[in-house]
Amino acid sequence: MFRRLFARRVVTALLALTLAAALSGCGSGDPATSAAATSGGAGTLTVFAAASLTGTFTELGKAFEAAHPGTKVTFNFGSSATLAQQIVQGAPADVFAAASPATMKTVTDASLASGPVTFTRNRLQIAVPAGNPAKVDDLADLADPRVKVALCAEQVPCGAAAVKALDAAGLKVTPVTLEQDVKATLTKVELGEVDAALVYRTDVIASAGKVRGVDFPEAGKAVNDYPIAALTKAPAGPAAQRFVDLVLSRQGRDALTGAGFEAP
Amino acid sequence: MRPSETTTGRGGARPRPGRPGRPSDGVAGRLPWVLVVPAVAGMVFLVLPPAGLLIRAPWPTLLERLGEPQVLEALRLSLVTATIATLVCLLLGVPLAWLLARVSFPGRRLVRALITVPLVLPPVVGGVALLLVLGRRGLVGQWLEQAFGFSLPFSTAGVVVAEAFVAMPFLVISVEGALRAADLRFEEAAATLGASRWTVFRRVTLPLVAPGIMAGAVLCWARALGEFGATITFAGNFPGRTQTMPLAVYLALETEPEAAIVLSLVLLAVSVVILAGLRDRWVTGP
Repeated sequence: MFRRLFARRVVTALLALTLAAALSGCGSGDPATSAAATSGGAGTLTVFAAASLTGTFTELGKAFEAAHPGTKVTFNFGSSATLAQQIVQGAPADVFAAASPATMKTVTDASLASGPVTFTRNRLQIAVPAGNPAKVDDLADLADPRVKVALCAEQVPCGAAAVKALDAAGLKVTPVTLEQDVKATLTKVELGEVDAALVYRTDVIASAGKVRGVDFPEAGKAVNDYPIAALTKAPAGPAAQRFVDLVLSRQGRDALTGAGFEAP
Repeated sequence: MRPSETTTGRGGARPRPGRPGRPSDGVAGRLPWVLVVPAVAGMVFLVLPPAGLLIRAPWPTLLERLGEPQVLEALRLSLVTATIATLVCLLLGVPLAWLLARVSFPGRRLVRALITVPLVLPPVVGGVALLLVLGRRGLVGQWLEQAFGFSLPFSTAGVVVAEAFVAMPFLVISVEGALRAADLRFEEAAATLGASRWTVFRRVTLPLVAPGIMAGAVLCWARALGEFGATITFAGNFPGRTQTMPLAVYLALETEPEAAIVLSLVLLAVSVVILAGLRDRWVTGP
Protein backbone atom coordinates (compact mmCIF):
# COMPACT_ATOMS: atom_id res chain seq x y z
CA MET A 1 0.00 0.00 0.00
CA PHE A 2 2.77 2.39 0.94
CA ARG A 3 4.53 1.65 -2.30
CA ARG A 4 1.44 2.34 -4.31
CA LEU A 5 0.92 5.60 -2.51
CA PHE A 6 4.52 6.58 -3.04
CA ALA A 7 4.36 5.71 -6.71
CA ARG A 8 1.26 7.83 -7.06
CA ARG A 9 3.06 10.75 -5.44
CA VAL A 10 5.92 10.37 -7.88
CA VAL A 11 3.46 10.43 -10.75
CA THR A 12 1.81 13.55 -9.38
CA ALA A 13 5.15 15.24 -8.95
CA LEU A 14 6.17 14.32 -12.48
CA LEU A 15 2.91 15.63 -13.84
CA ALA A 16 3.47 18.91 -12.05
CA LEU A 17 6.96 19.05 -13.50
CA THR A 18 5.60 18.33 -16.94
CA LEU A 19 3.11 21.14 -16.71
CA ALA A 20 5.72 23.57 -15.44
CA ALA A 21 8.06 22.61 -18.24
CA ALA A 22 5.32 22.87 -20.82
CA LEU A 23 4.50 26.35 -19.63
CA SER A 24 8.09 27.49 -19.81
CA GLY A 25 8.63 25.77 -23.12
CA CYS A 26 5.68 27.34 -24.87
CA GLY A 27 6.83 30.86 -24.11
CA SER A 28 10.02 30.77 -26.08
CA GLY A 29 8.45 31.40 -29.44
CA ASP A 30 6.40 34.34 -28.29
CA PRO A 31 7.80 37.63 -29.50
CA ALA A 32 5.67 39.63 -27.06
CA THR A 33 7.35 38.29 -23.94
CA SER A 34 10.65 40.04 -24.58
CA ALA A 35 8.92 43.41 -24.47
CA ALA A 36 7.87 42.89 -20.88
CA ALA A 37 11.50 42.65 -19.81
CA THR A 38 12.31 46.18 -20.87
CA SER A 39 9.92 48.33 -18.89
CA GLY A 40 11.49 51.69 -18.22
CA GLY A 41 11.59 53.42 -14.88
CA ALA A 42 12.81 56.86 -13.83
CA GLY A 43 16.23 57.59 -15.29
CA THR A 44 15.93 54.69 -17.71
CA LEU A 45 16.07 55.02 -21.46
CA THR A 46 14.67 52.10 -23.46
CA VAL A 47 15.92 51.66 -26.99
CA PHE A 48 14.32 49.21 -29.43
CA ALA A 49 16.84 48.48 -32.16
CA ALA A 50 17.31 46.09 -35.07
CA ALA A 51 19.31 42.98 -34.23
CA SER A 52 22.09 44.03 -36.60
CA LEU A 53 22.77 47.07 -34.39
CA THR A 54 23.49 44.98 -31.27
CA GLY A 55 27.24 45.63 -31.10
CA THR A 56 27.29 49.30 -32.07
CA PHE A 57 24.32 50.36 -29.98
CA THR A 58 25.53 48.57 -26.86
CA GLU A 59 28.74 50.56 -27.21
CA LEU A 60 26.86 53.83 -27.82
CA GLY A 61 24.61 53.07 -24.84
CA LYS A 62 27.64 52.92 -22.58
CA ALA A 63 28.89 56.23 -23.99
CA PHE A 64 25.46 57.77 -23.35
CA GLU A 65 25.43 56.53 -19.75
CA ALA A 66 28.91 58.00 -19.23
CA ALA A 67 27.80 61.37 -20.62
CA HIS A 68 24.53 61.41 -18.65
CA PRO A 69 25.25 60.08 -15.15
CA GLY A 70 22.18 58.59 -13.51
CA THR A 71 20.61 57.48 -16.76
CA LYS A 72 20.53 53.81 -17.56
CA VAL A 73 20.12 52.65 -21.15
CA THR A 74 18.40 49.34 -21.76
CA PHE A 75 18.03 47.69 -25.15
CA ASN A 76 15.57 45.41 -26.84
CA PHE A 77 17.30 44.01 -29.91
CA GLY A 78 15.31 41.94 -32.36
CA SER A 79 13.78 41.71 -35.78
CA SER A 80 12.66 45.23 -36.77
CA ALA A 81 9.24 43.94 -37.77
CA THR A 82 8.71 42.33 -34.37
CA LEU A 83 9.92 45.44 -32.55
CA ALA A 84 7.58 47.63 -34.61
CA GLN A 85 4.65 45.38 -33.69
CA GLN A 86 5.62 45.53 -30.02
CA ILE A 87 5.74 49.34 -30.10
CA VAL A 88 2.34 49.51 -31.81
CA GLN A 89 0.99 47.16 -29.11
CA GLY A 90 2.13 49.64 -26.46
CA ALA A 91 5.59 48.46 -25.42
CA PRO A 92 7.26 51.22 -23.33
CA ALA A 93 10.00 52.30 -25.75
CA ASP A 94 11.77 55.65 -26.06
CA VAL A 95 13.74 55.23 -29.26
CA PHE A 96 13.21 52.97 -32.27
CA ALA A 97 16.02 52.22 -34.71
CA ALA A 98 14.81 50.01 -37.56
CA ALA A 99 16.60 48.14 -40.32
CA SER A 100 14.16 49.28 -42.99
CA PRO A 101 11.91 52.25 -43.75
CA ALA A 102 8.97 49.82 -44.11
CA THR A 103 9.16 48.66 -40.49
CA MET A 104 9.57 52.27 -39.29
CA LYS A 105 6.46 53.14 -41.30
CA THR A 106 4.43 50.72 -39.14
CA VAL A 107 5.28 52.93 -36.16
CA THR A 108 4.87 56.33 -37.88
CA ASP A 109 1.53 55.20 -39.37
CA ALA A 110 0.33 54.59 -35.84
CA SER A 111 1.40 58.20 -35.00
CA LEU A 112 3.86 56.91 -32.43
CA ALA A 113 6.87 58.59 -34.08
CA SER A 114 7.38 61.39 -36.55
CA GLY A 115 10.19 62.55 -38.79
CA PRO A 116 12.45 59.47 -38.72
CA VAL A 117 16.00 60.17 -39.89
CA THR A 118 18.13 57.76 -41.92
CA PHE A 119 21.24 57.36 -39.79
CA THR A 120 23.09 54.58 -41.55
CA ARG A 121 22.96 52.03 -44.35
CA ASN A 122 23.84 48.38 -44.60
CA ARG A 123 24.49 46.21 -47.62
CA LEU A 124 24.22 42.51 -48.16
CA GLN A 125 27.08 40.13 -48.49
CA ILE A 126 27.23 36.43 -49.27
CA ALA A 127 28.30 34.58 -46.13
CA VAL A 128 30.02 31.24 -46.60
CA PRO A 129 31.33 28.81 -43.95
CA ALA A 130 35.05 28.69 -43.26
CA GLY A 131 36.74 26.90 -46.17
CA ASN A 132 33.88 27.75 -48.55
CA PRO A 133 33.03 24.08 -49.30
CA ALA A 134 30.72 24.85 -52.23
CA LYS A 135 33.20 27.34 -53.79
CA VAL A 136 30.77 30.24 -53.91
CA ASP A 137 32.35 33.32 -55.58
CA ASP A 138 29.40 35.34 -56.77
CA LEU A 139 25.65 35.68 -56.58
CA ALA A 140 25.06 33.46 -59.64
CA ASP A 141 26.55 30.50 -57.73
CA LEU A 142 23.59 30.62 -55.36
CA ALA A 143 21.26 29.58 -58.19
CA ASP A 144 23.12 26.27 -58.52
CA PRO A 145 20.77 23.59 -57.15
CA ARG A 146 23.70 21.78 -55.49
CA VAL A 147 24.41 24.81 -53.32
CA LYS A 148 22.36 24.93 -50.13
CA VAL A 149 21.28 28.50 -49.50
CA ALA A 150 19.64 30.14 -46.49
CA LEU A 151 17.82 33.44 -46.91
CA CYS A 152 15.88 35.61 -44.50
CA ALA A 153 12.11 35.39 -44.86
CA GLU A 154 10.71 38.12 -47.07
CA GLN A 155 8.75 39.56 -44.13
CA VAL A 156 11.94 40.76 -42.41
CA PRO A 157 14.22 43.51 -43.83
CA CYS A 158 17.20 41.30 -44.73
CA GLY A 159 14.86 39.01 -46.68
CA ALA A 160 13.30 41.91 -48.55
CA ALA A 161 16.79 43.14 -49.45
CA ALA A 162 17.80 39.65 -50.61
CA VAL A 163 14.79 39.45 -52.94
CA LYS A 164 15.65 42.88 -54.32
CA ALA A 165 19.27 41.90 -54.98
CA LEU A 166 18.35 38.59 -56.61
CA ASP A 167 15.72 40.29 -58.77
CA ALA A 168 18.25 42.92 -59.82
CA ALA A 169 20.59 40.11 -60.91
CA GLY A 170 17.74 38.27 -62.65
CA LEU A 171 18.44 35.14 -60.62
CA LYS A 172 16.04 32.52 -59.34
CA VAL A 173 17.34 30.98 -56.12
CA THR A 174 15.53 28.20 -54.27
CA PRO A 175 16.72 28.38 -50.66
CA VAL A 176 16.45 25.43 -48.28
CA THR A 177 15.14 27.70 -45.58
CA LEU A 178 13.70 31.19 -45.05
CA GLU A 179 14.88 32.20 -41.60
CA GLN A 180 13.04 34.44 -39.16
CA ASP A 181 15.90 36.92 -38.71
CA VAL A 182 19.40 37.65 -39.92
CA LYS A 183 21.15 36.14 -36.86
CA ALA A 184 19.35 32.82 -37.36
CA THR A 185 20.40 32.86 -41.02
CA LEU A 186 24.00 33.51 -40.04
CA THR A 187 23.92 30.68 -37.46
CA LYS A 188 23.05 28.20 -40.21
CA VAL A 189 26.24 29.26 -42.03
CA GLU A 190 28.36 29.21 -38.86
CA LEU A 191 27.26 25.61 -38.19
CA GLY A 192 28.00 24.68 -41.80
CA GLU A 193 24.43 23.51 -42.41
CA VAL A 194 24.19 25.66 -45.53
CA ASP A 195 26.81 26.52 -48.14
CA ALA A 196 25.87 30.17 -48.42
CA ALA A 197 23.48 32.79 -47.12
CA LEU A 198 22.67 36.40 -47.83
CA VAL A 199 23.23 38.47 -44.68
CA TYR A 200 24.40 41.98 -43.88
CA ARG A 201 28.04 42.88 -44.22
CA THR A 202 28.01 43.96 -40.57
CA ASP A 203 26.92 40.49 -39.47
CA VAL A 204 29.83 38.89 -41.29
CA ILE A 205 32.22 41.30 -39.55
CA ALA A 206 30.57 40.69 -36.16
CA SER A 207 30.95 36.92 -36.54
CA ALA A 208 34.70 37.43 -36.04
CA GLY A 209 36.03 35.04 -38.63
CA LYS A 210 33.55 32.21 -38.15
CA VAL A 211 32.10 32.92 -41.60
CA ARG A 212 33.66 34.53 -44.65
CA GLY A 213 32.03 37.33 -46.61
CA VAL A 214 31.87 37.52 -50.39
CA ASP A 215 30.97 40.87 -51.94
CA PHE A 216 28.79 41.01 -55.03
CA PRO A 217 27.99 44.00 -57.25
CA GLU A 218 24.19 43.59 -57.11
CA ALA A 219 24.33 44.37 -53.37
CA GLY A 220 24.50 48.03 -54.37
CA LYS A 221 20.92 47.77 -55.65
CA ALA A 222 19.59 46.53 -52.34
CA VAL A 223 21.10 48.79 -49.72
CA ASN A 224 18.99 49.04 -46.57
CA ASP A 225 18.37 52.45 -45.08
CA TYR A 226 18.20 52.44 -41.28
CA PRO A 227 15.82 55.06 -39.86
CA ILE A 228 15.82 56.18 -36.23
CA ALA A 229 13.22 58.19 -34.32
CA ALA A 230 12.45 59.27 -30.78
CA LEU A 231 8.95 58.03 -30.00
CA THR A 232 6.22 60.59 -29.34
CA LYS A 233 5.09 58.83 -26.16
CA ALA A 234 8.63 58.24 -24.89
CA PRO A 235 8.46 57.69 -21.11
CA ALA A 236 11.99 59.10 -20.80
CA GLY A 237 10.97 62.39 -22.46
CA PRO A 238 13.77 64.58 -23.89
CA ALA A 239 16.44 61.95 -23.14
CA ALA A 240 15.10 59.99 -26.12
CA GLN A 241 16.01 62.77 -28.54
CA ARG A 242 19.43 63.12 -26.88
CA PHE A 243 20.15 59.46 -27.66
CA VAL A 244 19.08 59.98 -31.28
CA ASP A 245 21.42 62.99 -31.46
CA LEU A 246 24.29 60.85 -30.16
CA VAL A 247 23.67 58.23 -32.87
CA LEU A 248 23.63 60.98 -35.52
CA SER A 249 26.78 62.66 -34.12
CA ARG A 250 30.31 62.14 -35.35
CA GLN A 251 30.89 59.66 -32.51
CA GLY A 252 27.86 57.61 -33.52
CA ARG A 253 28.83 57.61 -37.16
CA ASP A 254 32.37 56.46 -36.34
CA ALA A 255 31.04 53.59 -34.24
CA LEU A 256 28.74 52.53 -37.07
CA THR A 257 31.34 52.67 -39.84
CA GLY A 258 33.75 50.80 -37.56
CA ALA A 259 31.24 47.94 -37.50
CA GLY A 260 30.89 47.87 -41.29
CA PHE A 261 27.90 50.17 -41.77
CA GLU A 262 27.93 52.85 -44.44
CA ALA A 263 27.28 56.57 -44.07
CA PRO A 264 23.78 57.53 -45.24
CA MET B 1 -30.09 1.32 4.87
CA ARG B 2 -27.40 -1.02 3.73
CA PRO B 3 -24.15 0.64 2.73
CA SER B 4 -24.27 -0.94 -0.72
CA GLU B 5 -27.41 1.01 -1.58
CA THR B 6 -26.29 4.43 -0.51
CA THR B 7 -25.63 6.89 -3.25
CA THR B 8 -25.05 9.81 -0.93
CA GLY B 9 -22.74 10.21 2.02
CA ARG B 10 -19.44 8.45 2.37
CA GLY B 11 -20.72 5.15 1.06
CA GLY B 12 -21.33 6.76 -2.32
CA ALA B 13 -17.64 6.64 -3.16
CA ARG B 14 -17.95 3.12 -4.52
CA PRO B 15 -17.22 2.79 -8.23
CA ARG B 16 -20.14 2.67 -10.59
CA PRO B 17 -20.74 -0.62 -12.32
CA GLY B 18 -19.03 -0.83 -15.70
CA ARG B 19 -16.62 2.00 -14.95
CA PRO B 20 -14.11 0.43 -12.63
CA GLY B 21 -11.39 2.51 -11.14
CA ARG B 22 -12.91 5.84 -12.13
CA PRO B 23 -13.26 8.63 -9.61
CA SER B 24 -16.89 8.65 -8.68
CA ASP B 25 -18.96 11.79 -8.74
CA GLY B 26 -21.23 10.36 -6.08
CA VAL B 27 -19.54 12.23 -3.21
CA ALA B 28 -22.08 14.75 -2.00
CA GLY B 29 -21.77 17.67 0.40
CA ARG B 30 -20.75 21.26 0.17
CA LEU B 31 -18.12 22.07 -2.45
CA PRO B 32 -14.97 23.25 -0.68
CA TRP B 33 -14.23 26.83 -1.71
CA VAL B 34 -10.53 26.23 -1.22
CA LEU B 35 -10.70 24.06 -4.31
CA VAL B 36 -13.43 25.73 -6.32
CA VAL B 37 -11.99 29.26 -6.32
CA PRO B 38 -8.54 28.31 -7.65
CA ALA B 39 -10.18 25.86 -10.06
CA VAL B 40 -12.29 28.60 -11.62
CA ALA B 41 -9.33 31.01 -11.64
CA GLY B 42 -7.26 28.36 -13.39
CA MET B 43 -9.97 27.78 -15.96
CA VAL B 44 -10.32 31.48 -16.74
CA PHE B 45 -6.55 31.82 -17.00
CA LEU B 46 -6.38 29.04 -19.58
CA VAL B 47 -9.51 29.90 -21.55
CA LEU B 48 -9.17 33.68 -21.73
CA PRO B 49 -6.17 34.01 -24.12
CA PRO B 50 -7.68 31.72 -26.80
CA ALA B 51 -10.93 33.64 -26.38
CA GLY B 52 -8.95 36.80 -27.09
CA LEU B 53 -8.01 35.32 -30.46
CA LEU B 54 -11.68 34.81 -31.25
CA ILE B 55 -12.55 38.37 -30.28
CA ARG B 56 -9.79 39.95 -32.34
CA ALA B 57 -10.25 37.70 -35.37
CA PRO B 58 -10.86 39.52 -38.66
CA TRP B 59 -14.14 37.68 -39.33
CA PRO B 60 -15.10 39.42 -42.63
CA THR B 61 -11.93 38.31 -44.42
CA LEU B 62 -11.61 34.99 -42.63
CA LEU B 63 -12.86 32.71 -45.40
CA GLU B 64 -10.82 34.47 -48.03
CA ARG B 65 -7.63 34.00 -46.01
CA LEU B 66 -8.44 30.36 -45.30
CA GLY B 67 -8.53 29.68 -49.02
CA GLU B 68 -4.91 30.71 -49.47
CA PRO B 69 -2.94 27.65 -50.60
CA GLN B 70 -0.09 28.38 -48.16
CA VAL B 71 -2.44 28.07 -45.20
CA LEU B 72 -3.73 24.66 -46.26
CA GLU B 73 -0.21 23.52 -47.06
CA ALA B 74 1.08 24.51 -43.62
CA LEU B 75 -1.94 22.88 -41.94
CA ARG B 76 -1.47 19.64 -43.86
CA LEU B 77 2.24 19.60 -43.06
CA SER B 78 1.53 20.24 -39.37
CA LEU B 79 -1.00 17.43 -39.10
CA VAL B 80 1.11 14.94 -41.04
CA THR B 81 4.37 15.65 -39.17
CA ALA B 82 2.72 15.72 -35.72
CA THR B 83 1.02 12.38 -36.43
CA ILE B 84 4.18 10.70 -37.69
CA ALA B 85 6.13 12.14 -34.74
CA THR B 86 3.53 10.68 -32.37
CA LEU B 87 3.83 7.26 -34.03
CA VAL B 88 7.61 7.42 -33.68
CA CYS B 89 7.19 8.40 -30.03
CA LEU B 90 4.82 5.48 -29.45
CA LEU B 91 7.18 2.99 -31.06
CA LEU B 92 10.15 4.14 -29.01
CA GLY B 93 8.50 5.71 -25.98
CA VAL B 94 6.22 2.89 -24.80
CA PRO B 95 9.06 0.34 -24.59
CA LEU B 96 11.20 2.98 -22.87
CA ALA B 97 8.46 3.66 -20.32
CA TRP B 98 8.10 -0.11 -19.75
CA LEU B 99 11.84 -0.42 -19.20
CA LEU B 100 11.80 2.39 -16.65
CA ALA B 101 8.74 1.08 -14.82
CA ARG B 102 9.31 -2.68 -14.84
CA VAL B 103 13.01 -3.42 -15.11
CA SER B 104 15.38 -2.33 -12.42
CA PHE B 105 18.84 -1.65 -13.73
CA PRO B 106 21.74 0.43 -12.45
CA GLY B 107 21.39 4.09 -13.34
CA ARG B 108 17.64 3.94 -13.81
CA ARG B 109 17.09 7.14 -11.85
CA LEU B 110 19.67 8.92 -13.96
CA VAL B 111 18.07 7.72 -17.19
CA ARG B 112 14.69 8.86 -15.93
CA ALA B 113 16.11 12.30 -15.19
CA LEU B 114 17.90 12.50 -18.53
CA ILE B 115 14.86 11.70 -20.65
CA THR B 116 13.01 14.62 -19.11
CA VAL B 117 15.74 17.03 -20.21
CA PRO B 118 13.96 17.90 -23.49
CA LEU B 119 11.07 19.09 -21.31
CA VAL B 120 13.08 21.74 -19.52
CA LEU B 121 15.37 22.59 -22.42
CA PRO B 122 14.23 25.72 -24.28
CA PRO B 123 13.08 24.27 -27.63
CA VAL B 124 15.47 26.53 -29.57
CA VAL B 125 18.38 25.04 -27.61
CA GLY B 126 16.98 21.61 -28.42
CA GLY B 127 17.08 22.56 -32.08
CA VAL B 128 20.70 23.65 -31.84
CA ALA B 129 21.56 20.41 -30.02
CA LEU B 130 19.89 18.42 -32.79
CA LEU B 131 21.89 20.36 -35.38
CA LEU B 132 25.12 19.63 -33.54
CA VAL B 133 24.38 15.90 -33.56
CA LEU B 134 22.28 15.30 -36.66
CA GLY B 135 23.33 18.29 -38.77
CA ARG B 136 25.49 18.07 -41.85
CA ARG B 137 28.62 18.53 -39.76
CA GLY B 138 27.17 16.89 -36.65
CA LEU B 139 28.50 13.83 -34.87
CA VAL B 140 26.00 11.44 -36.45
CA GLY B 141 24.78 13.60 -39.30
CA GLN B 142 28.23 13.76 -40.87
CA TRP B 143 28.21 10.00 -41.16
CA LEU B 144 24.63 9.92 -42.49
CA GLU B 145 25.61 12.39 -45.18
CA GLN B 146 28.70 10.44 -46.21
CA ALA B 147 27.14 6.98 -46.11
CA PHE B 148 23.73 7.71 -47.58
CA GLY B 149 24.00 11.25 -48.98
CA PHE B 150 21.09 12.01 -46.69
CA SER B 151 20.74 15.05 -44.49
CA LEU B 152 17.96 15.74 -42.02
CA PRO B 153 18.01 19.52 -41.56
CA PHE B 154 15.69 21.45 -43.87
CA SER B 155 13.67 18.32 -44.70
CA THR B 156 10.20 17.20 -43.64
CA ALA B 157 11.88 14.27 -41.85
CA GLY B 158 13.81 16.90 -39.89
CA VAL B 159 10.51 18.43 -38.74
CA VAL B 160 9.40 15.00 -37.49
CA VAL B 161 12.70 14.53 -35.65
CA ALA B 162 12.45 17.95 -33.97
CA GLU B 163 8.83 17.36 -32.93
CA ALA B 164 9.51 13.84 -31.66
CA PHE B 165 12.50 15.07 -29.64
CA VAL B 166 10.41 17.67 -27.85
CA ALA B 167 7.23 15.61 -27.47
CA MET B 168 8.46 12.13 -26.53
CA PRO B 169 9.09 12.88 -22.83
CA PHE B 170 5.39 13.72 -22.45
CA LEU B 171 4.48 10.25 -23.69
CA VAL B 172 7.14 8.43 -21.68
CA ILE B 173 6.17 10.16 -18.45
CA SER B 174 2.44 9.49 -18.86
CA VAL B 175 2.93 5.86 -19.85
CA GLU B 176 5.41 5.25 -17.07
CA GLY B 177 2.95 6.77 -14.61
CA ALA B 178 0.20 4.49 -15.91
CA LEU B 179 2.48 1.45 -15.67
CA ARG B 180 3.43 2.24 -12.09
CA ALA B 181 -0.17 2.77 -11.10
CA ALA B 182 -1.30 -0.50 -12.75
CA ASP B 183 -1.91 -3.52 -10.56
CA LEU B 184 1.14 -5.77 -10.76
CA ARG B 185 -0.82 -8.83 -9.66
CA PHE B 186 -2.33 -9.38 -13.12
CA GLU B 187 1.13 -9.54 -14.65
CA GLU B 188 2.35 -11.82 -11.84
CA ALA B 189 -0.62 -14.14 -12.35
CA ALA B 190 0.07 -14.35 -16.08
CA ALA B 191 3.72 -15.08 -15.38
CA THR B 192 2.90 -17.88 -12.92
CA LEU B 193 0.68 -19.39 -15.61
CA GLY B 194 3.75 -19.65 -17.82
CA ALA B 195 3.49 -16.56 -20.01
CA SER B 196 6.78 -15.10 -21.21
CA ARG B 197 7.61 -11.47 -20.44
CA TRP B 198 6.81 -10.47 -24.03
CA THR B 199 3.44 -12.26 -23.88
CA VAL B 200 2.68 -10.63 -20.53
CA PHE B 201 3.52 -7.24 -22.00
CA ARG B 202 1.41 -7.82 -25.11
CA ARG B 203 -1.61 -9.54 -23.59
CA VAL B 204 -1.78 -8.10 -20.06
CA THR B 205 0.24 -4.91 -19.60
CA LEU B 206 -0.67 -3.15 -22.84
CA PRO B 207 -4.46 -3.57 -22.50
CA LEU B 208 -4.17 -2.59 -18.84
CA VAL B 209 -2.41 0.71 -19.52
CA ALA B 210 -4.07 1.47 -22.87
CA PRO B 211 -5.89 4.54 -21.52
CA GLY B 212 -2.60 5.86 -20.16
CA ILE B 213 -0.90 5.30 -23.51
CA MET B 214 -3.75 7.06 -25.30
CA ALA B 215 -3.58 10.03 -22.94
CA GLY B 216 0.19 10.19 -23.40
CA ALA B 217 -0.15 9.98 -27.17
CA VAL B 218 -2.69 12.82 -27.17
CA LEU B 219 -0.37 15.00 -25.05
CA CYS B 220 2.52 14.09 -27.31
CA TRP B 221 0.56 14.88 -30.48
CA ALA B 222 -0.63 18.22 -29.09
CA ARG B 223 2.90 19.19 -28.12
CA ALA B 224 4.24 18.16 -31.54
CA LEU B 225 1.53 20.16 -33.29
CA GLY B 226 2.44 23.33 -31.43
CA GLU B 227 6.21 22.83 -31.71
CA PHE B 228 8.02 25.95 -32.87
CA GLY B 229 11.53 26.54 -31.53
CA ALA B 230 13.22 23.22 -32.27
CA THR B 231 11.52 22.99 -35.65
CA ILE B 232 12.57 26.40 -36.97
CA THR B 233 16.10 25.92 -35.65
CA PHE B 234 16.67 22.36 -36.85
CA ALA B 235 14.43 22.04 -39.90
CA GLY B 236 14.35 25.67 -41.00
CA ASN B 237 11.36 27.30 -42.60
CA PHE B 238 10.31 26.59 -46.17
CA PRO B 239 6.69 26.58 -47.35
CA GLY B 240 5.41 23.12 -48.21
CA ARG B 241 8.47 21.33 -46.85
CA THR B 242 9.19 22.48 -43.32
CA GLN B 243 6.86 25.41 -42.67
CA THR B 244 4.36 24.11 -40.12
CA MET B 245 1.49 26.22 -38.78
CA PRO B 246 3.36 27.65 -35.76
CA LEU B 247 6.16 28.82 -38.08
CA ALA B 248 3.67 30.35 -40.49
CA VAL B 249 1.98 32.10 -37.55
CA TYR B 250 5.28 33.51 -36.32
CA LEU B 251 6.27 34.90 -39.71
CA ALA B 252 2.81 36.27 -40.40
CA LEU B 253 3.06 38.11 -37.09
CA GLU B 254 6.03 40.06 -38.46
CA THR B 255 3.97 41.87 -41.03
CA GLU B 256 0.30 40.92 -40.80
CA PRO B 257 -0.94 40.30 -37.26
CA GLU B 258 -4.45 39.65 -38.60
CA ALA B 259 -3.23 36.82 -40.80
CA ALA B 260 -1.42 35.41 -37.77
CA ILE B 261 -4.68 35.41 -35.82
CA VAL B 262 -6.46 33.56 -38.63
CA LEU B 263 -3.72 30.94 -38.81
CA SER B 264 -3.78 30.50 -35.04
CA LEU B 265 -7.54 30.05 -35.10
CA VAL B 266 -7.28 27.38 -37.78
CA LEU B 267 -4.69 25.48 -35.76
CA LEU B 268 -6.76 25.93 -32.61
CA ALA B 269 -10.01 24.77 -34.23
CA VAL B 270 -8.48 21.72 -35.88
CA SER B 271 -6.67 20.58 -32.74
CA VAL B 272 -9.68 21.12 -30.49
CA VAL B 273 -11.92 19.12 -32.86
CA ILE B 274 -9.43 16.26 -33.09
CA LEU B 275 -8.65 16.19 -29.37
CA ALA B 276 -12.32 16.39 -28.40
CA GLY B 277 -13.09 13.57 -30.82
CA LEU B 278 -10.32 11.41 -29.41
CA ARG B 279 -11.31 12.16 -25.85
CA ASP B 280 -14.85 10.97 -26.37
CA ARG B 281 -13.66 7.92 -28.22
CA TRP B 282 -10.79 6.83 -26.01
CA VAL B 283 -10.23 8.68 -22.83
CA THR B 284 -13.71 8.79 -21.32
CA GLY B 285 -14.61 5.34 -22.55
CA PRO B 286 -17.95 4.24 -24.00
